[in-house]
Amino acid sequence: MSGGRITALKPAPFGYSAPASLAEALAVLAEVGEHAKVLAGGQSLLPLLSMRLAAPRHLVDINRVPGLDRVEIVDGSVRVGALVRHTDLERHEGAAAAQPLLRQALRLVGHPTIRNRGTCVGSIAHADPAAELPGVLVVLGGRVEASTAWGSRQVPAAEFFLSPLETALRPGELATSVSFPVAGPRTGTAFVELSRRRGDYALVGVAAVVELAPDTSISSARVGLVSVGPTPLLVDLSEVLVGRPGGARELAAAAALALEHAEPEADIHASAQYRARLVEVLTTRALAQALANASHEEAA
Amino acid sequence: MRAQADDGLPAGPAAGEQTREVTLRVNGVGHRLRLPVRRLLSDALRHDLERTGTHVGCEHGVCGACTVLLEGRPVRSCLILAVSVDGQDITTVEGLAAPDGGLHPVQQAFRERHGLQCGFCTPGFLLTTVAFLRETPQPSEEQAREAISGNLCRCTGYQNILASVLRAAELSAGREEQA
Amino acid sequence: MSTAMFGAPVRRHEDARLLTGAGRYLDDLGHRALAAAFVRSPHAHARVSDIDVTAAAEVDGVVAIFTYEDLTGRMAEPLPLLIPHPALHAPRTAYPLARGEVNHVGEPVVMVVARDRYLAEDAAARVVVSYDPLPAVVGLPAARSARHAVHPDVPDNVAAHLVQAVGEVDTAIAAAPHVLELDLEIERSASTPLEGKGVYARWNSDEGSLRVYTSTQASTSVRAAVAAKLGLPLVKVDCIAPDVGGGFGVKIVHPWPEEVLVAWAAQRLAALAPEGIKWTEDRWEHFVSSAHERGQLQHVRVGFDSDGRLLGLDVTIWHDNGAYTPYGIIVPIITSTQLLGPYKPGAYRCEFFSLYTNTVIVTPYRGAGRPQGVFAMERTMDAIADHLGLDRAEVRAVNFIAAEEMPYDQGLIFQDGRPLIYDSGDFAATLDKLKALVGWSDFQAYREQARAAGRRVGIGLACYVEGTGVGPYEGGHVQVETSGKVMVATGLTSQGQGHQTVLAQIVADELGVDFDDVEVTTGDTRRFGYAVGTFASRAAVMSGNAVALAARKVRQKALRIAGEALEADPSDLEIVSGVVRVKGAPASAIPLSTVAVLSNPLRYAFDEAAKAATQFAVGDTSKPPVAEDDEPGLEARDFYSPTQSTFANGMHAVIVETDPDTAEVRVLRYCVVHDCGPLINPMIVEGQVHGGVAQGVAGALYERMVYDDAGQLLNASFMDFLMPYASEIPTVEIDHLETPSPLNPLGIKGAGEAGVIPGSAVIASAIEDAEGFVIRRMPISPSELFELRASYAAGRVPGLRRTSGERTDPRTRPGHSPDNDSPDNDSPDKET
Repeated sequence: MSGGRITALKPAPFGYSAPASLAEALAVLAEVGEHAKVLAGGQSLLPLLSMRLAAPRHLVDINRVPGLDRVEIVDGSVRVGALVRHTDLERHEGAAAAQPLLRQALRLVGHPTIRNRGTCVGSIAHADPAAELPGVLVVLGGRVEASTAWGSRQVPAAEFFLSPLETALRPGELATSVSFPVAGPRTGTAFVELSRRRGDYALVGVAAVVELAPDTSISSARVGLVSVGPTPLLVDLSEVLVGRPGGARELAAAAALALEHAEPEADIHASAQYRARLVEVLTTRALAQALANASHEEAA
Repeated sequence: MRAQADDGLPAGPAAGEQTREVTLRVNGVGHRLRLPVRRLLSDALRHDLERTGTHVGCEHGVCGACTVLLEGRPVRSCLILAVSVDGQDITTVEGLAAPDGGLHPVQQAFRERHGLQCGFCTPGFLLTTVAFLRETPQPSEEQAREAISGNLCRCTGYQNILASVLRAAELSAGREEQA
Repeated sequence: MSTAMFGAPVRRHEDARLLTGAGRYLDDLGHRALAAAFVRSPHAHARVSDIDVTAAAEVDGVVAIFTYEDLTGRMAEPLPLLIPHPALHAPRTAYPLARGEVNHVGEPVVMVVARDRYLAEDAAARVVVSYDPLPAVVGLPAARSARHAVHPDVPDNVAAHLVQAVGEVDTAIAAAPHVLELDLEIERSASTPLEGKGVYARWNSDEGSLRVYTSTQASTSVRAAVAAKLGLPLVKVDCIAPDVGGGFGVKIVHPWPEEVLVAWAAQRLAALAPEGIKWTEDRWEHFVSSAHERGQLQHVRVGFDSDGRLLGLDVTIWHDNGAYTPYGIIVPIITSTQLLGPYKPGAYRCEFFSLYTNTVIVTPYRGAGRPQGVFAMERTMDAIADHLGLDRAEVRAVNFIAAEEMPYDQGLIFQDGRPLIYDSGDFAATLDKLKALVGWSDFQAYREQARAAGRRVGIGLACYVEGTGVGPYEGGHVQVETSGKVMVATGLTSQGQGHQTVLAQIVADELGVDFDDVEVTTGDTRRFGYAVGTFASRAAVMSGNAVALAARKVRQKALRIAGEALEADPSDLEIVSGVVRVKGAPASAIPLSTVAVLSNPLRYAFDEAAKAATQFAVGDTSKPPVAEDDEPGLEARDFYSPTQSTFANGMHAVIVETDPDTAEVRVLRYCVVHDCGPLINPMIVEGQVHGGVAQGVAGALYERMVYDDAGQLLNASFMDFLMPYASEIPTVEIDHLETPSPLNPLGIKGAGEAGVIPGSAVIASAIEDAEGFVIRRMPISPSELFELRASYAAGRVPGLRRTSGERTDPRTRPGHSPDNDSPDNDSPDKET
């Protein structure tokens, strides 16, 4: 929130629609498009409205749209509808089994009370570069379903995040779901972050995915870094880890490679150098945890 | 000074501001009212329904003083538009005690363990604790600490709030045994 | 004292309402009142060239818009300087609304009154203020350099300059075998109660009177200030502090611009605002327009002998007082006097400069200058111990004032303008208890164990003395009603300290009534008009003793009347559970409720008590029903006015762990030994300590006010001002010592601020111990500790002698260019 100038803590006036169906929601969005914001959980949007840092002319409240609150495991993905609250996905046993990184990351999103209202899709569409779920989407290579009255398209994670708080969603489009690929066999994941207070946005966060070959050497490894760039960053670490067991020296090399891709900057909470150091430390920790989880998978 | 004479000063929105008729179901009682669409749930509870037990400490979703239960789950009422929860069940601190005034076990525990000083943040802690203990009736100290870690208190240093949560679990268990 | 409530962990009277949503805080009142909102300066320093309210006035629901030009009479004058001081040679206070110039971001410029707060904010957003920006003075270095001035007529930015000295410090230091110098820095934080300020005022046109509710720590003084500003007789103004959601100092300042503006507007707009006008401060406003504290730079020069005994202590302080000085220079005066703690400094000289900056004003925040003073003294103690290779606790002990030396005159003038004389305390005993509690002597073994496991831990300690219960006075009124209920009132206010409980405990004991029959009202000028306020850990001491004295008067009167009714000598009577009875003959008794009826010779039997009273024959028919020296009613008021403050003390020890990779600091144990004399209610005192410690930890590790060079506060929200949650605050272990004060009837000392005072000092001590290099600046974040480690590794920060064998370079501090100061390794004795 640093940077903007707060002037109040009550929203400015806006127009409001509460469509009762997806078709209606898309029709309204088609009409008010550019000047509209979609309201789902509102846990990021409401503070911006109240501080008058955002003043959209129109809010389209999708909370009454049926069918958007489903978590489905289809076509090798965990598909999460636009009204699925963080808490619901966090508690979804099927999703946790299919892609453990989801629960690992969701436990770090804000506080439980925020997770009760905030939505996963909303968090991704908000595109805060310090948020956890965008990092998860990127490291897993997921996609966002963007719908309009005329149809829908799938936007890959790599193309979705453009800059802080800016995505590839076009005016009038509604992010109706996001899909996270399920974990393959012998795969371990971990989400490690450091924040000043529990529940704060991370100073640095690292989502790690490590796959093992049948001989238990590493067959692929990648991390998603949050809070060290304008968007969540994907770093493929395979070149230093593939074919190796993942010992301390190899993890350190991987961490160094991750840092090469990071763009840490200073803010009021941390210097750029400190963030850089955290990229290394947390990458090492995340990879070690992911490896341990992968080995556990292997053993199971 | 610019002053406008405006006899009567009817409460209500600005001219041209959109309003909407909604039902706020608070502590089991439905209230039908017309609200400006931008009205925060916290303000609707406090100023339209005059249920002032729900407090606002930051109005940007960080302090947790405004926590209420929405369909049984704790949420920040300052981060929700009142019109967005039309017809849904809301529980505020006023709805915790029994109709005869008997304190809820969580309220009782906060009293016994001195879990409040100025009392401003207290309603948020109470509702957070009520929901937490429903799902985790026998929490460890660490679980209890995590459960209250989304609410700010400036008076107590949290030590006695934590003790209150653990005591509330004991009291609730005792009540269930009796029942 | 049949009931013996004093000393018992009695559950609080307040809680029944606060737990059920029945508390009434400022914004819970006046649902039909109009709402005020303010246009505040976005600039730290600027001239206001034009204000255009045309567009704002067109917003539907707007009732009035006021600028400085609209203010009349005394409202157009600057706000009062509450506490003048001869050393405050250039005091400046703000106008209620900016008059042509703004001196900090957040300063109120325009007031809007509208039907509700949303509409008022809509209108405020449409007010167009034109500013000509001026250079902003931000931070103490900028203020000291005086390249730019905050107030043009104070070109050096120095609001106040004060020197206090005892003995010949230069001579003492010159003669000392060892000398060290330290440059220290402590940053801004703030009280930050969960409820911000707020004021609700209603003009009663029928009576020509004003009622003001305000979330304040000093309702009697707000009343007087509003009456003065509005030109009203005092009796036409009532001021009430309703339930207040925390204060911690910030709400002692009065009158805030909003307090007088809302009251003034309520009178002026009475016809349009029959239900009054209310302003509720929002969180952003609280950050940018209330008050901060703590920010100081300090230079310490100390001479000591080979046992670590202080011979001469010379301290210079640069204190950031923000844009104005409405509350005088209380904070730096306290820093410069309370810095001495439990020690004898030898010769002492303290000089401070209180400097203007284009930032929010600085007024007391819990601890009120003491945390900075303790930081200076305790950093110095640690530096001495490290320099000499002595145990840090031993160096402190060798400097303690002994219990037998009480009362001990430090030879300085304290914040209340009276001599700084410690009345009581046994510091050696306190230290012994602390060492036992934390396991001071076992720590090295623990450190080795941790080190073997790859963990880095450190231990620290810090001591303080706190002047509490400052005068001039408080009063209490005690009235026994004919129902037997005892109504107690005191003028000072409550913000969560449990005064309604503690004062009831005292009165219950003094009077011999049941605790639950005592009802206490605070902060309501309709009930008690004379008070000073709640600050300086004074409420229990001042009002506690005042209500005790008033209760004793009532008791005396009750015994006299009961004696007449029972035909017994008053000295043969006792009061137990609200019944006056003859000692040893409890059948001969009369309830206090009946005594209350008898006390008022009004013979209307309007209730059961009055009927019952008629069975007693009262008085001598030859005398008037109300004697010349008597008055009707079983009630009394009395005042407690001490000659000086009473001094509490305490010592804290912490064990921290620092993460070797991430530089995160975790407090593993936090131990407190505290001596505030006899505890009225241990449950409440411990709660005060817990809360204070949490603020101390917060101020050491999490909270600060981050201004940019232009004077914008970059973290004016709870997202970026890192007030800790339960996840960040350690469990506090407490032991008590109860050395009574000889100064007051109850022997008590204040407890409200104690927990916070040594926070930064003790945590710095422990981090330094864990890391092996000096810590000279607090608060400290993981990022800053990481940077310090790098500086230490590069030789830019000196290490501790005890861990590295290096010598301490006394002249080096972080942020200062240390490369020129090469440590002088050849002179074992003289360092400067």
